Amino acid sequence: MKLELTRVVQGGYRLGVLKEIGRATHLSLEVPGCLLYTRCGTVPHLTHDTLHTLSNLPSITQLTLSTVVEHQEVLEEYKDGFKKFAGLHDTALYCSLHDPVTQSPAGYVTNKTVSVWGSGGRIELTVGRFMALQKALRPDLYQSMADGETWQGDASSRKRIRKSVDRTLAHLDECLLIHQQTAELQGAEVLGVVEGGDSLEERVRSAKETAKRPVGGFCLDGFQTGSMEGSLRTQLIGAVAGELPEDKPRLLQGVGRPDEVVACVEAGVDLFESFFPFQVTERGCALTFDLDLSPDPERAVLELGEEKDEAWESEQSGDVQLEDQAETITPFEMDLKDTKYRDDFTPLVEGCGCYCCTNHQRAYLHHLLVTNELLAGVLLMLHNMAQYNAFFRALRGALAGDQLEPFKKRVLRSKRVA
Amino acid sequence: MAAPVDSASDAVASQTNMPSLKTLSAVSPLTLRIIAECPVTKARACDLALPHSIVNTPVFMPVGTQGTLKGITADQLEDLGCKICLGNTYHLGMRPGPALIEKANGLHGFMNWKKNLLTDSGGFQMVSLVELSEVTEEGVKFKSPYDGNEILLTPEKSIEIQNSLGSDIMMQLDDVVSSTVTGPRVEEAMHRSIRWLDRCIASNQNPEKQNLFAIIQGGLSTDLRKTCLDEMTKRDVPGFAIGGLSGGEEKDDFWRMVTLSTDHLPRHKPRYLMGVGYAVDLVVCVALGCDMFDCVFPTRTARFGSALVPWGSLQVKHKQYAKDFQPIDPDCKCPTCKRHSRAYLHALFKNDTAAMHHVTIHNISYQLTLMLSVRQSIINGQFPDFVKTFMKKMFPSSDKYPSWAVDALASVNITLDQH
Repeated sequence: MKLELTRVVQGGYRLGVLKEIGRATHLSLEVPGCLLYTRCGTVPHLTHDTLHTLSNLPSITQLTLSTVVEHQEVLEEYKDGFKKFAGLHDTALYCSLHDPVTQSPAGYVTNKTVSVWGSGGRIELTVGRFMALQKALRPDLYQSMADGETWQGDASSRKRIRKSVDRTLAHLDECLLIHQQTAELQGAEVLGVVEGGDSLEERVRSAKETAKRPVGGFCLDGFQTGSMEGSLRTQLIGAVAGELPEDKPRLLQGVGRPDEVVACVEAGVDLFESFFPFQVTERGCALTFDLDLSPDPERAVLELGEEKDEAWESEQSGDVQLEDQAETITPFEMDLKDTKYRDDFTPLVEGCGCYCCTNHQRAYLHHLLVTNELLAGVLLMLHNMAQYNAFFRALRGALAGDQLEPFKKRVLRSKRVA
Repeated sequence: MAAPVDSASDAVASQTNMPSLKTLSAVSPLTLRIIAECPVTKARACDLALPHSIVNTPVFMPVGTQGTLKGITADQLEDLGCKICLGNTYHLGMRPGPALIEKANGLHGFMNWKKNLLTDSGGFQMVSLVELSEVTEEGVKFKSPYDGNEILLTPEKSIEIQNSLGSDIMMQLDDVVSSTVTGPRVEEAMHRSIRWLDRCIASNQNPEKQNLFAIIQGGLSTDLRKTCLDEMTKRDVPGFAIGGLSGGEEKDDFWRMVTLSTDHLPRHKPRYLMGVGYAVDLVVCVALGCDMFDCVFPTRTARFGSALVPWGSLQVKHKQYAKDFQPIDPDCKCPTCKRHSRAYLHALFKNDTAAMHHVTIHNISYQLTLMLSVRQSIINGQFPDFVKTFMKKMFPSSDKYPSWAVDALASVNITLDQH
């Protein structure tokens, strides 16, 4: 796996392309960027045909272990790996431990095990079983097993944080050892997991130690939305990034809000999970970024520059209440269940090229939502994915054109659609 | 091979050529061209020209109750070859309401469906879904489940709503009684349905672009059915539905009422058997002369993980499929079977709604493909052989054939093989 950076701002953002992803050597992904969020290999609500109405899908698909763990025996018998099992398109496969959307109960981590929750309940994983699963799944890249529980407690003790860093490093060593001995995983990359809760010292130690190992990249864990103040998060990420080698990608887990994404990109993050559009979909909302959706990023940037400065509170994103953030409607979305959309015959976002916007109107989406129809999830998921991808594309365009500040003013100031 | 028969060339001419005297009388926006008739049974293959495209019959029409077909996009449905689907007047009349749909350029515009739509009258749902409904000569009175207000659905109101929906085929409001009810209520309902048909015809504001179908009632009584047929076929309606069946009656009664109806319906008009969708019922009722069918069963059962296959059904959620790496049906060409295994669908059912969509797509494809095969066999003059092969695949042995199906097929000269 190669990370080719075209632009690096010291102590700040990185712009580039991730190439030769694991065994999918023909695939590449532009960074900063996002993965394709799935459950059991399926983007929520979407079939292959509906998913592929979207263009420029992220070339890395995320699979969370919790959605497949109970099918271990099936996959072992199948033998050809998860991509083929799920009938996935030509994509790289990344396997993570937990589903970023579902919070796992705390208190089930031991020295030797972590637990994941499948549809049938808790399943305890040792490194041995974790690696047996990876062997059956045959991902192109996967995170090592990690004790990422420290963020869930209100006040994680120093001692508990240190233990989580130690355990995670021990798991990583064990994973790497088995990895090297497993023929099915040849060519795949392991992402080492950086833990350390809210302790700067432990974060730095975790990053330094992980960086010493032969990993393909890094997973930054324990920074989930709701776990800490945004300013603390970016400060810690900045410190961690300073300890990590420049030529390996950094994936941040559990952060998806556009304002938080931008702040974390500025702190040095390359990759994000794309569960955010799914969360927006599940609350019946549609993302409405103020982006120039033309495919030419140069033009987008030019227009950004012409935007007039308006009342802009740059600290706004840090002031959001921590609890229940996942359920709260963000300023980047419209609540289509609102009766004002009942007779609104315009597309969700004017100019958006997604299947939903080119074929349907707000009034129809409103109807599907109030009548609890399954198609609402399908259409919103398509639209929200399209918008989220466009957001990342525009962000990269802004970074390339040195237009990050105008981009932030234009995109992050978004108020709820009137 | 059965010879193609063109029974509608006059009507076509009057529609496509310059205005003629014929346009002075109402010409329905429908023509039925009989492509082939089975020389053995009453089966026929037709091209039914409707305002939004030609429909090849026999046809199964999937049901999109609330202006959407459960999780499937309009493009996906069209890609499956669907040329006509249903919307339910009762549901759409409640939410979002006819005024809004009219503003959205009708139901076609609202759901962005470019092919044909058929809407029911709303009466059936009222009787089946709403507890407090009372039928009088004026109409069906019921309490809205949303705001508790008392609503009266008259024949005029039903047509008014369906005019707003802009469906290609509208159904008359009929007085529906359960097919298991007997006695004078059945007769009353039959006569009232005739009177309501006249009121529906009179109130149709768009006879030039919306076809109104009559619904034959009369319960399970031969006499009442005949009377109804005699009366209704006197009316100049574009098509006929056979109603009041598929409601829990004995299958022996069911098929006799169907065949009685097709015996008396005019050859040059489409015949729609309401609420029928099981594969065996479809094949038998095609043999009895029906052209159009609808049923929620294939899409509803899909959401519970039941996939339709030539040998019956396959319960994807059952444990036995967890390690079964074949497609649902190895011979099926649908997008689901081309890409996914039973094992993957089994796993996905625990995680995401897309599993339901996959099976829904498969089941619609199964229904449409079945009807295409039926049609092709009629055109090729091989329909009786098709029926025999179909029954052999569907049942493990001939002693499992349902006796009603054996009798019904025998009535149209198909004797099933013993095996």
